[in-house]
Amino acid sequence: MDLDHIRNFSIIAHIDHGKSTLADRILELTKTVSGRDMRAQVLDTMELERERGITIKAQAVRVSWKAHELNLIDTPGHVDFTYEVSRSLQACEGAVLVVDAAQGVEAQTVANAYLAIENNLEIVPVVNKIDLPQADPDGAAAELAELVGGKPEDVLRISAKTGDGVAEVLDAIVERIPMPAGLVSSKAPPRALVFDSSYDQYRGVVAFVRVVDGSFAAREPLRAMAQGTRFEAEEAGFFAPTMKAADTLGAGEVGYVITGLKDVSRLRVGDTLTSERRPAAEPLPGYKDVKPMVFAGLFPTDSDDYPDLRDALERLKLNDAALFYEPETSQALGFGFRCGFLGLLHMEIVRERLEREFDLDLLVTAPNVAYRVLERNGDWLEVHNPAEMPRELDAVEEPYIRASIIVPKSYVGPVMELNNERRGRFDHMEYLSPERVLLAYELPLAEIVLDYYDQLKSRTRGYASFDYDVAGFREGQLARVDILIADEPVDALSMIVHREAAYSRGKALVERLRQEIPRQFFDVPVQAAIGSRVIARETVKAKRKDVLAKCYGGDITRKRKLLEKQKAGKRRMKQVGAVEVPQEAFLAVLNLNDGGKK
Amino acid sequence: MSGSIRHLYVHLPFCAHRCGYCDFVTVVGRPGQHAAYVDGLLAELALERELLAPELETIFLGGGTPTFTQPRELERLLTTLPPATEVTVEANPETVTPALAALLRRNGVDRISLGAQSFQPRLLAVLDRVAGPDDVRRAFYHLGDAGFDNISLDLIYGIPGQRPSDLDADIGEALALRPEHLSCYELEAKPGTRFTHAHGAELHRQAEAMEDYFERVVQTLLGAGYRWYETANFCRVDPRGRDLRSRHNLAYWRGRDYLGLGIGAVSTVSGERWRTTPRLGPYLAAVGAGRRPLREIEPLPDSVQREERVMLGLRLDEPLPLEAVATSLDPGALARLERLGLARRVLGEGEAPAGADAGAVTLTTRGRLLGDGVTADLLA
Repeated sequence: MDLDHIRNFSIIAHIDHGKSTLADRILELTKTVSGRDMRAQVLDTMELERERGITIKAQAVRVSWKAHELNLIDTPGHVDFTYEVSRSLQACEGAVLVVDAAQGVEAQTVANAYLAIENNLEIVPVVNKIDLPQADPDGAAAELAELVGGKPEDVLRISAKTGDGVAEVLDAIVERIPMPAGLVSSKAPPRALVFDSSYDQYRGVVAFVRVVDGSFAAREPLRAMAQGTRFEAEEAGFFAPTMKAADTLGAGEVGYVITGLKDVSRLRVGDTLTSERRPAAEPLPGYKDVKPMVFAGLFPTDSDDYPDLRDALERLKLNDAALFYEPETSQALGFGFRCGFLGLLHMEIVRERLEREFDLDLLVTAPNVAYRVLERNGDWLEVHNPAEMPRELDAVEEPYIRASIIVPKSYVGPVMELNNERRGRFDHMEYLSPERVLLAYELPLAEIVLDYYDQLKSRTRGYASFDYDVAGFREGQLARVDILIADEPVDALSMIVHREAAYSRGKALVERLRQEIPRQFFDVPVQAAIGSRVIARETVKAKRKDVLAKCYGGDITRKRKLLEKQKAGKRRMKQVGAVEVPQEAFLAVLNLNDGGKK
Repeated sequence: MSGSIRHLYVHLPFCAHRCGYCDFVTVVGRPGQHAAYVDGLLAELALERELLAPELETIFLGGGTPTFTQPRELERLLTTLPPATEVTVEANPETVTPALAALLRRNGVDRISLGAQSFQPRLLAVLDRVAGPDDVRRAFYHLGDAGFDNISLDLIYGIPGQRPSDLDADIGEALALRPEHLSCYELEAKPGTRFTHAHGAELHRQAEAMEDYFERVVQTLLGAGYRWYETANFCRVDPRGRDLRSRHNLAYWRGRDYLGLGIGAVSTVSGERWRTTPRLGPYLAAVGAGRRPLREIEPLPDSVQREERVMLGLRLDEPLPLEAVATSLDPGALARLERLGLARRVLGEGEAPAGADAGAVTLTTRGRLLGDGVTADLLA
């Protein structure tokens, strides 16, 4: 296909604004999927893919429209995957930006629009769901035009549900989005951007690529330039919407390469594929080694499930290069894993998949962020677990984020208040419309991982939308707070908190523990301490009576059964030094640490 | 052919009314059935006769309210039961008349367990008790006049609304009667009973105060010269050298076999425990036809018997020999409990401390107050 008949584009939208429905209509209208095979949201959701027996996610579908080849490139839908989104967008020349006619522009719309603009994409603005009774297409179009710097009359108005206006969207893609250009050259040594990858248990890692220079064919020895991984392409092709092998993938085209690699971590998103025989001199720009920012301990509720958890993480990792995990042993919670995630949503997804797909019952510690600690020898050490943080600190850095929050203007006050409580720094504020305001803040990521989103939603009655990207590490006034039960530090309960919050957090925690720890045969002090300085203390008073009064011939069996229950209860307790602590006590405290949400 | 059981329990379920806190098998009223029931008991005794040793050590008539049974029937029962060294009858104060006291006395009863529960009218009302404080005292004197010199009083503490001063007053009143024996029970509110429903919130509120109450009871009675020989039982140290402990109950705590007759009665015989049906009709029908009544049978394997020996033995103030139970104990736990001052290892003359089964174990005062938890710790 001539380059001038190829268009590469993405659909970007805030969650639930209709991205998947629009994609489905496009597949239908272009007859890529026959009406009979048409299932709602063909491109979406892993569950559905499994049901249909497709193990490889269609990340890029080729469709034909009026003698043009259009490649629809899917993007992950959330802030945690900003980097992945940006790689997907780099594989395109244009983006269809979808906004719900009833909701208007949301935080994620803004974030995605900015990403698209940063990647020099031509934006096709679309207002969706115009068939809804509460739709305000004019208002949404005005906001959208303002956002992308266009005219409201250029904004397309459609209903992806009914199909109304979808043909015009396809026309606009052909007319407005430029042909693959820029670096494209079919003569140069081959280069292709890996914008996503997936793992298939029979064929190994499948790379989704945008060919920038040269061409790629099967049986060709290839190399991933940033990581240096070598392999032979077993097959190249494209999705329409199922896999179709092709002789070659040429410059400007989008498709897949089956690598035969057994581990997605060996082929990271953003890397550049080139030919071993005729290697390119320079990789494509923009590769980043994405590092997890949010960490939590994952422990099986039943310690017998530890091997199952390990296997499940191994399998998830095959398909999720950003997931990090290493074994962790906690005296309180037993054997588990310290896991690293790109962000909170990523963590939620992993946790949910472990519980739903692998049927595991998990105990998740309060999440914490990655910290950088200045060591005595002048080196910076990255710490993922409060228990590994040196007790006395010279300097610590914590990750900050740039947050965009969009709210109706009457909620600006409560949002500012929340951000101030969370150590936020105001950056700027802009009116998207007379009614809606975008607030830009910088906040420590650590303040976000604690119930921030819930708070934001509740203080704005659900009207706020929120998005963020990581801004980098900044020095913070942080302290490690340890919790001691009968003078034994409990590793799972250590936390890193802002110095100003240390006292109140420590106090709340020891109070809760006092309530949760059953009384023992002796007094049990429960303390919160920074280094050797105790900042809060409570005492679980010793039991003075533990005996049932009456026991005669008719009572013995019942009494023995009670005793056996008491004994079984003791067995389920976790031992902290000489103190028996029920798992529920840790759970309650971790929950508190997590801002009380489950 | 005779057996080896030396302890007999006889259940007399009849009561004038049912007290709210009670969870025993009781039958209200039914004077017309007393005779039939005594017939039933005697028929059941005949069925189990060969389990009993030729000489019984103890008989205990419990209830219900044994003394509510029609006197003629009670007397018929007492005269037909085999003789025993100790024969105890439970009595409610309001049922004790001079005639009844004399009836018991002339039929070989030598020990009375009198259900006083409290001396505060207000608290007795909470418990649905009929007898007032004067009934208790009157019963006590009638029994004394009839020649009884081994009387036990039951007290209950932890009654909803009971203040520490009420408890002190109850103990004071009880001690003023100089009973040979006292049983002090914390009120147990069984889930689902009408009593718990009515008073659950109050009981929950006073749960922590109960720790004080138990200690107070123990300290006061020890101070008055009583021996705290079992978790809930105290006896006077008799100047004449009589052992005033309840021999019948000691048999339970020492893990002896016993036979129980009547509805809801429990027996433990040769590694098996059974509970007879609590339903009067089926019971009478079965024993009337010369058949054993329906029984719920529980096998007691050796390990369970050892566990019970520990559980019951540690309720006593006499050391529990380790030899028989050592295999059921957590070897580390005893040392830990000794360090905490809750248990003590007692070694006999010439016994080396090395063996896990050497000597005996006894609990300290604090250890006994924490007896259930300590036992749970000690058992492997």
